Amino acid sequence: MSDTPDAVKATRPEGLRPGRRQAHPLARFLVRRILLAVLMAWGITLVTFVLTNLVPGDPVAANLGQRALGDPAIVAQWRAEHGLDKPLWQQYLLHLQGLLQGDLGTSQQSHRPVSQDLAEFVPATLELAGAAILVSLVLGVAFGVIAALRRDRLPDHALRLLSLVGISVPTFWLALIAFYVFFYRLQLTPGSGRVDAALGSAPAVTGLQTVDALLAGRWDIFTSAVGHLITPALVLALYTIGLLTRFTRSAVLEVLGQDYVRAARAKGLPGRVILFRYVLRSALVPIITVAGLAFGSLLSGTVLVEAIFAWPGVGQYAYKSATTLDLPAIMGVGLVVGVVYLVINLIVDVLYGVIDPRVRLQ
Amino acid sequence: MRRPLSSRLPEAWRQPLAVAGGVLAVAWLVIALAAPVLAPHDPLAQDLPRLAAPGPGHWFGTDQLGRDILSRVMYGARVSIPLTLLLVALSVLIGGLLGACAGYFGRWVDETIMRVADLVFAFPTVILAMVVAAALGASLANAVLAVLVVAWPAYARVTRGLVLGVREREFVLSGRLLGFSVWRSLRVDVLPNVTGPVLVLATLDIGTALLLLSGLSFLGLGAKPPSPEWGAMVASGVEVFDSWWVATFPGLAILTVVLAFNFLGDTLRDALDPRTARAIKERAL
Repeated sequence: MSDTPDAVKATRPEGLRPGRRQAHPLARFLVRRILLAVLMAWGITLVTFVLTNLVPGDPVAANLGQRALGDPAIVAQWRAEHGLDKPLWQQYLLHLQGLLQGDLGTSQQSHRPVSQDLAEFVPATLELAGAAILVSLVLGVAFGVIAALRRDRLPDHALRLLSLVGISVPTFWLALIAFYVFFYRLQLTPGSGRVDAALGSAPAVTGLQTVDALLAGRWDIFTSAVGHLITPALVLALYTIGLLTRFTRSAVLEVLGQDYVRAARAKGLPGRVILFRYVLRSALVPIITVAGLAFGSLLSGTVLVEAIFAWPGVGQYAYKSATTLDLPAIMGVGLVVGVVYLVINLIVDVLYGVIDPRVRLQ
Repeated sequence: MRRPLSSRLPEAWRQPLAVAGGVLAVAWLVIALAAPVLAPHDPLAQDLPRLAAPGPGHWFGTDQLGRDILSRVMYGARVSIPLTLLLVALSVLIGGLLGACAGYFGRWVDETIMRVADLVFAFPTVILAMVVAAALGASLANAVLAVLVVAWPAYARVTRGLVLGVREREFVLSGRLLGFSVWRSLRVDVLPNVTGPVLVLATLDIGTALLLLSGLSFLGLGAKPPSPEWGAMVASGVEVFDSWWVATFPGLAILTVVLAFNFLGDTLRDALDPRTARAIKERAL
């Protein structure tokens, strides 16, 4: 781009430079975002590694039995085997090499590779978080639109209160109350776990109980799985519903005041058309941003909710590892969840660029 | 320049949510200050019947060790509220200072600080706080430190943006030309233009910080028993969830404190946002 004469550069807006042989702006935008994500992923490994090394505890003591600890030869051998006799930066390189091969260390609790543990628990959490984000998007956007259209009237005030309560309620407490009321007292919902044990389970294809049950044509398992999913997903979603309602409301209000919306109204277009084609379309960008952030809080929430509902996911694994201070497992969770979050943010950024062409040109 | 805060607050303060937030916040501050006088029992004494349902003598019931839950909830305000306020004040201070430096000096200072902030943003908060708390060892002080680690970048980002906005303005430049030191320039010319939005963020953040702190204690990474910390009290209620009152009341305490500060923060934002302030004024007339 440096060969572009300054005069030409000055007359053209940023990004619209001559030379069509260059990659499409969207492609360039994608490449830049992906490179940035890779850089961040590397940063995440650095953070978890530094944190692991902050720990006062000695990994040798945690991993070797009492008798082995008494023998200096065995200890020295173990340290050499795990690269602990090397300087810290070499240890980090070894750690990174292990990560690239999918080695997240061994859980002190389950005595299994952390990667194996996580592979088992990730689908359950994805199912729960996926259901929650779906509920939040539908309800949050609908509530936000209603609040904006009925601004300063009863529905707006009621929804404002609901969304404020939603972002103020301690998730772990709400989970407990919901479990107590709906399962223990009213017996409206099935209890803990993902599906009634008596029904068995559908052959695992995707790892998502609901999808697997549908694929196998097992309606009984499907309804049981949905029943188990409802309460934890709603508890988890309340915070994100609150968040999305607030942002959708202000995004829609912002657009409603624009001239082109007034023009559409003056033309006599039906309200439905104005809402979906004019208003929601431009309000979509801020909504998607918040939805990406909301996913992060959902992943955080799973740690607090899964423990209560005995949902066999990453959250419960993280909870158990945290309470027993099983460091490799906690770091594994941090790493995997960090990377998942990174990927989601990447997707959000890309959607951003697809929806709003201005973003690509920045 | 913005008009002084006092002339814009009154209309906003008449909103019902603002009143509710103010009343709740004051009530909790009074409880925190006067807990030794108000609490009917010693929060640590295990001298009452175990798991007694709420009733006369112990309005919130007792827990599995025979401690009065009402007294524990009251004393809990002395643990959670000061720590949360301290936490937010520290995040404002650290994040604000780093953000101001990033915005004011630019270049590599900006790059370094903001990339570190980005890194923190790359993790979902509870997960990172949990990882940090676990690495430092389970204690309330370390939990505060862990929340601090995840909380400062938001202030750094906001402050940086605001400082970038005023850095090149004439009044800042003329101050510099008059020979103001960097410190004086930041303090006298830049700071007053940054406080409003940061204050809103801080008020709204008190709730988030309390949720995070009590969440860590709930996970066993914060307060240690027998400390009457609300999150830890909810956790102990999980073991006996048949006795609903053990977990319900400390949870309600968290909810009401967070609600109070979210109401206040929301009001403050409306009051400081000229567009909303005008809307409120029009309605009030």
